[in-house]
Amino acid sequence: MKGIAFKFGDDISTDLIAPGRYFHLRSNLEELARHVMEDADPQFPQKVKPGDFIVAGKNFGCGSSREHAPRIIKMAGVSAVIAKSFARIFYRNAVNIGLPVVECDTDKISNGDEIKVHLSEGMIKNISQDTSIDFRPLPHFMVSILNDGGLVQHIKKHHGFAAAK
Amino acid sequence: MAQTLAEKILSSHSGREVAAGDIVVADVDICLVQDGTGPLAVRSWRELGFGKVAHPDKTVIFLDHACPSPRKELSNDHKFLREFAEQTGCVLKDIGEGVCHQVICEEFVRPGDILVGADSHTCTGGALGAFTTGMGSTDIAVAIALGKTWFKVPQTIKVAVNGKLSKHVYSKDVMLYLIGKIGVEGANYKALEFCGKTIEEMDESSRMALSNMAIEAGAKAGIIASDEKTKEFLKKYGREKDFTAVTPDVYAEYEKIIDIDASRLSPQVALPHAVDNVKPVEEVKNVKVHQVVIGTCTNGRIEDFRVVAELCKGKKKAKHTRVIVCPASKSVFQETLKEGLIDILVEFGAAVIAPGCGPCVGVHGGILADNENCVSTQNRNFLGRMGNPNSFIYLSSPATAIASAIAGEIADPRKI
Repeated sequence: MKGIAFKFGDDISTDLIAPGRYFHLRSNLEELARHVMEDADPQFPQKVKPGDFIVAGKNFGCGSSREHAPRIIKMAGVSAVIAKSFARIFYRNAVNIGLPVVECDTDKISNGDEIKVHLSEGMIKNISQDTSIDFRPLPHFMVSILNDGGLVQHIKKHHGFAAAK
Repeated sequence: MAQTLAEKILSSHSGREVAAGDIVVADVDICLVQDGTGPLAVRSWRELGFGKVAHPDKTVIFLDHACPSPRKELSNDHKFLREFAEQTGCVLKDIGEGVCHQVICEEFVRPGDILVGADSHTCTGGALGAFTTGMGSTDIAVAIALGKTWFKVPQTIKVAVNGKLSKHVYSKDVMLYLIGKIGVEGANYKALEFCGKTIEEMDESSRMALSNMAIEAGAKAGIIASDEKTKEFLKKYGREKDFTAVTPDVYAEYEKIIDIDASRLSPQVALPHAVDNVKPVEEVKNVKVHQVVIGTCTNGRIEDFRVVAELCKGKKKAKHTRVIVCPASKSVFQETLKEGLIDILVEFGAAVIAPGCGPCVGVHGGILADNENCVSTQNRNFLGRMGNPNSFIYLSSPATAIASAIAGEIADPRKI
């Protein structure tokens, strides 16, 4: 995965990612995705290109449980969200819908940097700065959900949770 | 092995003794979705292709976030959920029944239960000695289909609250103080377990305000051992037989213990735009208030309205301040009517809206204008939360909120 980093700060809430004033668009995700991250950066929906990354500080995705937040990030073409830490529900939702999430020290990535993420190796290559950042891969159980293409596919494939077998 | 409340409840639902850090697949007693997350949950459920609901009588669909519906798109979502309930036999709580977190506690949650809900404030039910937590739509879709879900057993932070609360200081102030102290990420991935004399003396409604806001510190759950107060609450709703005592083991292992001396607390206010941006009310000066909201799943219970009515009886709201009242459930609404509290609030100048989430989710029922300030008894003050990113939300107890409505600026309820 290779793309441009869009840098955000700490505590990016699901209200900033998928604002409540677009509540009526929740059954129209294509339209809702036009407003992704709008309250954190009004230009983001126009600027982001398929393959790009969201890079943030701590507690990304805090607040509401709305799964629409990771879904519209994925629909916007973002290939992974990289943050110092994630709020629990967002982290789980992202994996469930097949959006990779990476926890690492994001101070070493600047806005606009070109980066390459090696998910299985647990390494980010910052091409612009010629540096690399290691990260701890996801827990094994969550990797199996992600590799199956999300929770729905995981459950269909294993007729339940693989962890229970 | 000695266990925390979270470990105990997750053990009893996964058929083995579990400890913090374990990944378990556990049976789920109750599932809930609401009108904002339900349509996506139903679509994920259909995609699973199982065609069945594990426990329809304990799968509850709430139409509470947009009630009554302000737009045709949301009316269509409501229709979609009503039809799903009809087809599957799931329980439907239509508009006017109240906020999911209040109603699920009144009618469904038992001590020792596991409840999962597609709403982050599902943690409210922890006040009844249950493990209750919020997840996304797809997780809930799977729980609805299988009657199971997976958890990482959380480490627990014990919050010991002792000392007598001063007049006009409430559980909401304790919780805002705690979040201010540990931060919005202070309990991420962990459970909070509340205990101590102050908690033991609190009624269930006050405890529910604590558990409700556990997520605001990032917590997976905010659990309180069940006791006589829990039994009283269940009895009020004709469910005394649902009571069991659920308590942690004396030698359970906690990640840390936080002690709070409740007697030293002032009323607290969370300033925009973060729930941990907390100050005692005496340090919040010269904030003109355009709107006050009293209600929601955090502080829309009968005890809250009794406090508010006592403080504003015979008074008039400040001319430039609007007051919106939103009871947490139909049964709370009926109690406020019977006790004459709504009459007092309407006389004071309040607009009363249907039991539900009201203006808290920014859909309708009191969207702020640009540059306006709101004092609300809700749980969250994120930028844009109430429908306008150019407005400012302050969080407080009902007493501080009504004092602010009288003064027209953020005010100390101890001084009116």
